[in-house]
Amino acid sequence: MGFFVEVLLSGLMAGVLYSLVALGFVLIFKASGVFNFAQGAMVLFAALTFVRLLDILKDTFAPITLALIITIAMMIMLAMAIERLVLRPLVNQPGISLFMATLGIAYFLDGFGQTLWGSDIYTLDIGIPKGSIFILESVFEGGVLVAKEDLVATVIAGLLVVTLAIFFQKTRIGRALRAVADDHQAAQSIGIPLNYIWVIVWTVAGLVALVAGVIWGSKLGVQFSLSLIALKALPVLILGGFESVLGAVIGGLIIGAGEKLAEIYIGPYVGGGIEYWFAYMLALGFLMFRPQGLFGEVHIDRV
Amino acid sequence: MNDNDRKLGPTLLKADNISLAFGGVKALTDISFEVKEREVLAIIGPNGAGKSSMLNVINGVYHPNAGSVTYKGTVRQQMKPHEAAKQGIARTFQNIALFKGMSVLDNIMTGRTLKMSAGFLAQCLYVGRARNEEIEHRKKVEEIIDFLQIQSIRKTPVGRLPYGLQKRVELGRALAAEPTLLLLDEPMAGMNIEEKEDMSRFILDVNDEFGTTIVLIEHDMGVVMDLSDRIVVLDYGKKIGDGTPAEIRNNKEVIDAYLGVSD
Repeated sequence: MGFFVEVLLSGLMAGVLYSLVALGFVLIFKASGVFNFAQGAMVLFAALTFVRLLDILKDTFAPITLALIITIAMMIMLAMAIERLVLRPLVNQPGISLFMATLGIAYFLDGFGQTLWGSDIYTLDIGIPKGSIFILESVFEGGVLVAKEDLVATVIAGLLVVTLAIFFQKTRIGRALRAVADDHQAAQSIGIPLNYIWVIVWTVAGLVALVAGVIWGSKLGVQFSLSLIALKALPVLILGGFESVLGAVIGGLIIGAGEKLAEIYIGPYVGGGIEYWFAYMLALGFLMFRPQGLFGEVHIDRV
Repeated sequence: MNDNDRKLGPTLLKADNISLAFGGVKALTDISFEVKEREVLAIIGPNGAGKSSMLNVINGVYHPNAGSVTYKGTVRQQMKPHEAAKQGIARTFQNIALFKGMSVLDNIMTGRTLKMSAGFLAQCLYVGRARNEEIEHRKKVEEIIDFLQIQSIRKTPVGRLPYGLQKRVELGRALAAEPTLLLLDEPMAGMNIEEKEDMSRFILDVNDEFGTTIVLIEHDMGVVMDLSDRIVVLDYGKKIGDGTPAEIRNNKEVIDAYLGVSD
């Protein structure tokens, strides 16, 4: 039983990171109806920028804070550039055009980031505690082994999710974002400036990418493969629904835990390697039986 | 209709020689007309006459290829929709453009966007002030809800409401901005007689009580004749008539456009 819980917990914590990446997708999808393929590239770009700045600034008095501030500033500038150069010229174009544009952004960012900062694997250490501890020793014999960095990541991700949920549901700007998501033209007609909203939402997505990039990066090193975790976010989105912040979180947890449990308990019967495809199979199942995801909005079109 | 002189103010909006083309298709050709303060002006015409295009020019969705719009004494050639909103132009759409996932209340609240003074950031930081502001706006919105008699559905997501009520909610959202000029694109399309009567009453009340100037597009001639102070008739992007309902009724060109000419 203790072992089961241990596997479950490590799965859930990996899932938190999937959730973080998926969150970036959800934010942009909610506000602009664009499926932003560049989210993974943004994760890589943010993490690369941060880790290299950390290196450049390592002799200053507060390297982490400074690097963080500059990286955030860069993510804001990136959001503004994307709005000005990509989204604005494409306003009112069909979703597929915008999607193709984000593919372009993804390739550009991958290349630009690595040209600017180099393409090595960089270790990132911002003082997240390493090593493992035993918890729940009173419940299970021998306790449950968890990695400290996973715990920290979970707490950070949790805080971020709560903040975003409040931002979207309770603030006026959140309402404006939802309005833009629903109907561009109507939103403009009541005086919501579209361009401004897009900059905000891409900035927020950029910040979420930064958090995800830093946490993943300090776990695995900052490297090109970070931009591929976007692919892991896809099944999470299908599970959770493209429009739901909560869905992204729960979807991530289910995928994370499901992967690990399947690997351990089903893996031996099929020769292992389940971790690599389990998420996609699960997503396929959802597509057949619940295409809107767990928390997605069902769109009823009047005809 | 007879109390025109008592009620009307100076010119609020003036369209001068507006032309608009999409590629080779001429949507509007050399259209000029005026709207006076507190007037109810109807734009009518057969399908494809350019009525919606005209509204879209007024609130900045389309930029005319030639001509200008003078609003509150300021001439302008180009304007963005959110800037138009800032200057007191609110509108509804032919195909309802509500925020379908949100409740009736939230939809109408979004109409207050420009009335809220606490900035976006301040609103996240100064919870106290932003909250007071929210309460104040909420009060105004409740007044509108009462006015439109949609109290019972205020928490319902608008996507679930029947068409007629959605139109009413959309009017509510436009009213929430306390506009000077209200543009209504077929406010009664697809309604039954009873709903049309309700809607007509709301439009007249808005005009009466708040002194809002209204430009509306409508196909139902009975409604148009009853509601409007003046009517502008478009056909194939050209203006073929402009006058009081009585004048329009007897205008030969208008009758020809609607009934076809026998030649």
